[in-house]
Amino acid sequence: MTSPQTLKPPVNDNDHALGNSDAPVTLVEYGDYECPHCARAHPRVKALQKRFGDRMRFVFRNFPLSEVHPHALHAAQAAESVSAHANAVAFWKMHDLLFENAQEHEDALDDDHLVTYARAAGTNGEEVQLDLERGAFSEQVRADFLSGVRSGVNGTPTFFINGVRYDGDWSTVATFAADIESAMTAAVS
Amino acid sequence: MTPQSTTLPAGARAPAFTLPVTADQSVSLSDFAGKPVILAFYPADWSPVCGDQMALYNEVLSEFRKHDAVLLGVSVDGPWCHAAFTASRKLHFPLLSDFEPKGAVSSAYGAYRQREGTSERALFVIDGDGIIRWSYLSPIAVNPGADGILEALEALDGVKA
Repeated sequence: MTSPQTLKPPVNDNDHALGNSDAPVTLVEYGDYECPHCARAHPRVKALQKRFGDRMRFVFRNFPLSEVHPHALHAAQAAESVSAHANAVAFWKMHDLLFENAQEHEDALDDDHLVTYARAAGTNGEEVQLDLERGAFSEQVRADFLSGVRSGVNGTPTFFINGVRYDGDWSTVATFAADIESAMTAAVS
Repeated sequence: MTPQSTTLPAGARAPAFTLPVTADQSVSLSDFAGKPVILAFYPADWSPVCGDQMALYNEVLSEFRKHDAVLLGVSVDGPWCHAAFTASRKLHFPLLSDFEPKGAVSSAYGAYRQREGTSERALFVIDGDGIIRWSYLSPIAVNPGADGILEALEALDGVKA
């Protein structure tokens, strides 16, 4: 465990990916929609996407810590459900709504609110409600979680830059961006 | 901060112990003879982060159980402290108190920080015969995750099969 932790499995077609698939850098986040640190990371990731444009692809995988965050599991499942019933655009809209609202109040991610966000993201809401009730995406979310465990994710958020775990400072955009820039340089040289 | 200890390596016999798990109950390593035991020493309850080590293991518990393994957390916190921490984090595995004599079991495993008076962040996977099959000493500030434990448990299953 002293060698750098690498992403298992690597980014693939099952992932939620945003941006240019030929980008020299892929940034992967393992996150939990109810984690306050992930909510803090969210605008920073947005800033990086804006900054790097086509040069960076962003991938999100679920890592809900459901025992400490009671709504995290359903929030992750709701996002998957939106993706399945609508499309990638709707998924990312849902993703944004979840992080933007999660810390507003205690019930911001209860099932009623999740369905409201799912509607706003572009689904009719009922399918998402039903999926939550029957746990339609529980295995998929668990698979994401376990891939994180295998990859050395030890808390949220955990980032990987081109498949290698990032142990630097994500909370300062300038530092994070500089480290991504170095990975970019290494990738194209 | 670098580790101050030399933990017992793979191949060593796991030192026997009996430690309080609540104010009036104790557990012994020998209670779990025949099963793999994961011993997770950690510095203290109440570390101020979401994805702390014990919270992570709580979520991975069902994977450990697929290998029939028992997970025991160990720190020098007292049983009442553990009880409050367990309730707060909704932990589903026992936390043992290496409280009196303080740190004796942690020391026996080479997982005690004399200077701070806490356990190290150290992991041991012990087989059903009481032999340490894998150990890992993490830098104190780094949550070592669960991937090493799972790999060790898989290696154990491979030996048995």
